[in-house]
Amino acid sequence: MGMFDKIRKNQAMISVPLGAAARKPARPSQEAAIPPAKSKEMSPEDTNIFAKCPACNAVLFTEDITENQMVCPRCQHHLRLSARQRLGYTVDEGSFVEMDAELAGNDPLQFPGYENKLRAARAYTGLTEAVVTGYATIQGEPVMIAVMDGNFMMGSMGAAVGEKITRCVEEATRRRLPVVIFTVSGGARMQEGLVSLMQMTKTSAALGRHGEAGLLYITVLTDPTTGGVTASFAMLGDIILAEPGALVGFAGKRVIEQTVKQSLPEGFQRAEFVMDKGFVDAIVPRRELPGRLGQLLRLHHQEVRHG
Amino acid sequence: MDEQMTPVSAWERVEHAREAARPTAKTYIDGIFTDFVELHGDRRFGDDQAVIGGIGRLEGRPVTVIAQEKGGDTKEKIARNFGCANPEGYRKSQRLMRQAEKFGRPVLLIVDTQGAYCGIGAEERGQGQAIAENLQLMMQLSVPAVAVLIGEGGSGGALALASANRVAMLENAVYSILSPEGFAAILWKDAARAKEAAGLMRMTAREVYAMGIVEEVIPEPPGGAQEDVQAVAQAMKDFFLRSLEELDAMDTSTLREDRYRRFRRMGDCGLDPQNG
Repeated sequence: MGMFDKIRKNQAMISVPLGAAARKPARPSQEAAIPPAKSKEMSPEDTNIFAKCPACNAVLFTEDITENQMVCPRCQHHLRLSARQRLGYTVDEGSFVEMDAELAGNDPLQFPGYENKLRAARAYTGLTEAVVTGYATIQGEPVMIAVMDGNFMMGSMGAAVGEKITRCVEEATRRRLPVVIFTVSGGARMQEGLVSLMQMTKTSAALGRHGEAGLLYITVLTDPTTGGVTASFAMLGDIILAEPGALVGFAGKRVIEQTVKQSLPEGFQRAEFVMDKGFVDAIVPRRELPGRLGQLLRLHHQEVRHG
Repeated sequence: MDEQMTPVSAWERVEHAREAARPTAKTYIDGIFTDFVELHGDRRFGDDQAVIGGIGRLEGRPVTVIAQEKGGDTKEKIARNFGCANPEGYRKSQRLMRQAEKFGRPVLLIVDTQGAYCGIGAEERGQGQAIAENLQLMMQLSVPAVAVLIGEGGSGGALALASANRVAMLENAVYSILSPEGFAAILWKDAARAKEAAGLMRMTAREVYAMGIVEEVIPEPPGGAQEDVQAVAQAMKDFFLRSLEELDAMDTSTLREDRYRRFRRMGDCGLDPQNG
């Protein structure tokens, strides 16, 4: 969570040149269930024909990036996606049925400025909260899916995010469906204090029940997944996939550097590093994700179960 | 002075919770349990001394005890990493909780940490994964789990041992999403505003109780727990006994349902902001 402002800087680097693209629905036909972005920040600048990759600094046609699912065609850097873009790239067209779209939390600490921050995040993203949940099919396989959105207060988890994920998982348990969660988060949401922290246990508990029912849970870690989300549902998947280069960790880089008083090794907390340490099953490029998810879902689609 | 309504400000509580003279977990283990046998190691990587685990008796009944220990003198504080556990600490606790389950012993937890350790090795060995697994395991336990926060309850590192059926806080203990310094650094980019943050975070025992996140606040004598350790240990013991009496009456599925419901209701949500 100490990586908060670092991330925000990166975020700005990415979303300034690619602002409109980052919010533009990938498949308009699929957006019916999700409210469209009512961004006040749409400006002529957002229709730039050129964009700069934040990783390799190559100046590219914006269209070449958007048509490549927001992956830099030059260096394969995976840019961050909005929740609805992610759904567009992942689930079968027209299959997504959103649940709890309007669900919102309280302001349990009555924290100064929080209401305004929420309002701004809602206006910016067109979402009510930092996760979108619902039912969908992936390559024909039915799933309950939760997709976090890093544009909404850094994808931080407060009561509403915890509640939406919990309800999504409980629904999956009821309907005996697998769960797929795409994570992107700065961690537990500071402005909701301890209530945010409790969501870690709440979501983990719901997934525990889902698991006890013999059902499959797949996590897809995307850039960045940190803090209380890493220390709860992100790390509980039966199968944990990650996008190339995604930052995945518990503590922020700056906090660690301050604690240990040394600089961090190359590639520290990147998906490849985390896989090398044994905490990720596979790194899957964005284009291959629907296929890989479909394959895994089919492998678990059994009529006869043992045990 | 800030404009705190209560006579003791949140920041004063934080200072109490961190006081050098404040009794640590070992003191309470000695004061509450008899026949205590410490068990070491996670059977995977090492033995994390920030977490003490073992078996003892509570009024004659065998129980599993898991506690975060900050250490007494400087040498011990260093050995115990100031109570900041590495993944091995959480995996030791998992091992001992599974063992408790096997032998039908309740799990009693004493929580006192600034937070899980933020080190290179901790990340390499999956700090997030170790905490996540702890949360999930605690929620699935077939035996009662009861926790008391005795000092600092910092972040996921504390929650990992506090996902219990019943949780109490000592009067001067604090429980928060992050240390006030970390909180101020993230939100205002200024760790020096920790005092101000503490006032807003609702981290004191009374505030946490008011939010419905703990069941009880255990009073401390004026001047803090160190002024009468025996009385505080006795009050903790009473809380453990009272909680177990209630939880013993539940069968396994009720016990687990009780724990699930306890956390399920946290964080009101809904279209009506007042009644989620």
